[in-house]
Amino acid sequence: MSSALLVKPQMRGLLASRLRKHMIIAFIISFGCASLYKFGVTEPRKRAYAEFYKNYDAMKQFEAMRDAGVFESVPPKGS
Amino acid sequence: MLSLPSLRMGILSRRGIVAAASVRAAHGHGGHVTTQEDLSAPQYYENRNHPLPDTPYRKELDTSQKSLKEKEKGSWKQLSNEEKLALYRLKFHHSFAEMTKPTNEWKTVLGGMFIIFGLTGLVVLWQRIYVFPPKPHTLEDDWKAMQVKRMLDMHINPVQGFSAKWDYDKNEWKK
Repeated sequence: MSSALLVKPQMRGLLASRLRKHMIIAFIISFGCASLYKFGVTEPRKRAYAEFYKNYDAMKQFEAMRDAGVFESVPPKGS
Repeated sequence: MLSLPSLRMGILSRRGIVAAASVRAAHGHGGHVTTQEDLSAPQYYENRNHPLPDTPYRKELDTSQKSLKEKEKGSWKQLSNEEKLALYRLKFHHSFAEMTKPTNEWKTVLGGMFIIFGLTGLVVLWQRIYVFPPKPHTLEDDWKAMQVKRMLDMHINPVQGFSAKWDYDKNEWKK
């Protein structure tokens, strides 16, 4: 046996202290993941869609697609 | 999984499987059949999750060990450090540190895994060469070019996906 005494370990409340520590870690990680996703994915996506539809002309798109020949019900202009 | 025989065996073979002292006593006589240890009696086992075995490691003590056990019945302050260690070794085969010592088993496992991966790769290669039918015509370059052109004409995923990367005014992929 060593002559110096060891530090007395925590004897009680082990579950409570473990729970508190891990609760804090869990909150931090989950909030972190959620905010990362929000500001990395959903905000840029919302902006991209807003940009796309700002100056979107549906008729012009339709005519471009029709003239390229992708429709079965509408032939290209002129035929 | 909590039965005593499985406690003795443990999950990995590095857990100490210790024969009972009675088997030790049966060795040494030539031509003698070794007695089978009585598996219905309490067994000694070493398991990190079950730290207090049912019996001590050494059940049959010689005279000096017996006198040490008598001394143990008094105050433990009169025991020297060597005697305390001897008493520990009577009770237990390995210490916790020795019992939970890391082995090199993981190298064997990983090595075996990779060898089998390699062999499997060879089998798959043979399959590729001798078993697979010819590639479909839709995977050829000119068909794929026609397919891409049609997808761009249909404006597939124009906001963030496929057609969003095509510059319709300059007729080329966006830089």
